[in-house]
Amino acid sequence: MNESQSTVTNDVILKVEDLHKSYGDNHVLRGVSLQMQRGETKVIIGPSGTGKSTLLRCINQLSVPDQGRVWLGDKEITSHHENINSIRAEIGFVFQSFNLFTHLNALANVRIGPMKVKGMKKKAATTLAMEELERVGLSDKADAYPAELSGGQQQRVSIARALAMFPQLMLFDEPTSALDPELIGEVLEVMVSLANDGMTMLVVSHEMGFARSVSDEIIFMESGGILEQGPAEDFFTSPKEQRTREFLSKITELYGD
Amino acid sequence: MGFFQFAWNILPELLEATKMTLWITAGSIALGFVAGIFLALGRVYGPRPIRWLTGGYIQFFRGTPLLVQLLVVYYGLPPYLSTLGIRISPLVAAIIGLGLNSAAYQAEYFRGAVQSIKSGQMMAARAVGLNRVKSIAYVILPQALRLVIPSWSNELIYSIKYSSLAYFVSLTELTFVGKKIALHTARTFETYIIVAVIYLVIVLIVSRLLLTLENRVRIPGLGAPVEHR
Amino acid sequence: MVRHAFPSLTFGRYTSSMSTIWQSLELLIVKGLPTTILLTLGLLGTGVLLGFPIAFAQVYGYRPLRWLCRGYEQLFRGIPALVLILILHSGLARSFNILLPAFTSALIALGLRSSAYQSQIFRGAIQSVSQGQMMAARALGMSKIRAIRYIILPQAFRLSIPPWTNEYSSVLKDTSLASAIGVLELTKQGTLIFTRIQFVMGVKYILVILILVAFVYLVLTYIGNAALGFLENQLRIPGFEMKGKVER
Repeated sequence: MNESQSTVTNDVILKVEDLHKSYGDNHVLRGVSLQMQRGETKVIIGPSGTGKSTLLRCINQLSVPDQGRVWLGDKEITSHHENINSIRAEIGFVFQSFNLFTHLNALANVRIGPMKVKGMKKKAATTLAMEELERVGLSDKADAYPAELSGGQQQRVSIARALAMFPQLMLFDEPTSALDPELIGEVLEVMVSLANDGMTMLVVSHEMGFARSVSDEIIFMESGGILEQGPAEDFFTSPKEQRTREFLSKITELYGD
Repeated sequence: MGFFQFAWNILPELLEATKMTLWITAGSIALGFVAGIFLALGRVYGPRPIRWLTGGYIQFFRGTPLLVQLLVVYYGLPPYLSTLGIRISPLVAAIIGLGLNSAAYQAEYFRGAVQSIKSGQMMAARAVGLNRVKSIAYVILPQALRLVIPSWSNELIYSIKYSSLAYFVSLTELTFVGKKIALHTARTFETYIIVAVIYLVIVLIVSRLLLTLENRVRIPGLGAPVEHR
Repeated sequence: MVRHAFPSLTFGRYTSSMSTIWQSLELLIVKGLPTTILLTLGLLGTGVLLGFPIAFAQVYGYRPLRWLCRGYEQLFRGIPALVLILILHSGLARSFNILLPAFTSALIALGLRSSAYQSQIFRGAIQSVSQGQMMAARALGMSKIRAIRYIILPQAFRLSIPPWTNEYSSVLKDTSLASAIGVLELTKQGTLIFTRIQFVMGVKYILVILILVAFVYLVLTYIGNAALGFLENQLRIPGFEMKGKVER
């Protein structure tokens, strides 16, 4: 897709090896493995309940996998030797329900990470926060509280909040699924610009247009495992598996892409 | 004499007193229930003067201590009542005092329950042809009564505990008799502990029973936030 | 003796009933009110100091700890406040020769009770901060402690103000029970006054005194509620609706 990708050095940011996770009797993740290089954008698609969100949460250990290993760069997240908090500071996570801190305004939301996790001084953190808000197009809303912002604005602030930590990797858990249709665009716009700036992004989404235009690879998950994966263009034009084709046709019916 | 031997000795007298406690509780919560419903309905559906009066009543009884209210009924009012030829016994005074107080709280719980019933219910009732009174009686009340159960259960527990205030009017309920025994036997601490345990046991049993009642009467999908004193 | 205790109440037939009432009110306020206010504040403080750690332990602690806290809560919610007061005053005094001043006994007994209720308030508030907030905080890399301190507690604090206003009202009214052991708070003062006054003015004035006492409590309730309401407004997060109804 992007010419520059093929010349990038072998710089593996994320490596996931054989992840398993069950909730009670429900074996949600059945041996998932994947890898991401610096600057890549990958989109995970698939039917609901197939473990896509669980996969993301297992990467930064918000859910602890039952089995399998995860590396960020050369640090093994799943080993007990690593401090999970410092690992999480390197991974940005964007939630479907935004989860902005309701008692803080937009600016405070963005700068609390640098201040309280990285120990930055208030003045420097404020400057940084304003920059990130600028980057997502919301510098004029710095004083607004989450309840005063629209869904799209809240999500953009939450992206800024994640960016302020200068993460190596960003995880997006259905970032636009909770948004009204007319607000989806502004968030996708930000995500596209992030991808173009070279951020390493793993996105779970139903937004096929986004997936098609920006991702390096599409991953199709079903029943807790990766059924098919491949470069975006090939994936959409000639999917290999029957189930993939069924899913895609259903989606294009609904979303029209 | 060991603790348990002592406890065994005084238990009969305490249990006799417990009966009085339960009478007071029953009387006051019943009075509170009946008065409370009327107050609540007046507050929600009545004309402005009624709403104003009931509101004032509720504010007064919730904003002043129960003890003061009890003293009013037992010491304050009788001089005026005797000119009317009415004399009230300590038991009646306690039940009235506690009952009027309970009515104010129950009125609020009830009002909350009634107001949380969607307006569509009333509209539908009127649409079917029921007049205002019948709509309230057959559609609103049955639902409100279920919704109010958690708060009402809470109120019952409070009534059990507040019956102890009858102590101040020398009624032979649990706390008063407990004090009598305590001073008599000089084993004050132990006596009061036993009294406390009896209250605890009653409260725990009643709580359990109420929980079962709540579950029996539950309608799926119908629930309201529990309000507290 | 009446002369000494109530100098302003030694009147002959010439004093008007109005001035007696005025003097009684004065007495109530000068002697009874400070004690009531002091006791109320002391109880609220004790309640917070004990109640908050218990709430914290109940939400974040290990199971045996949580079980203990629940027991504490059940204990103090099942025993009438009056009985607690008697245990701590007469009970300790006569059985163990521990003579606590009446005020202290009332403070401890009612304080323990308030702490049980307040622990419930704080526990409810902490638990109603949505899970997503904690997740987002952890996702940023905050340790559990930091997340609790910077994200959960500030929100829980705001959420606990309405029910705490309720508790203020409860505590204020509870102080009247201290009259059982002779603490000279508002109700006890009122009782003393009307006991004397019935001989001088007639039995019908008992009601008048009691109404005065009730009036003072109403004023205190109103002031407290207004102050807490003001606090709530100052801390209000724009657009953020608090869950649950505000109990007056």
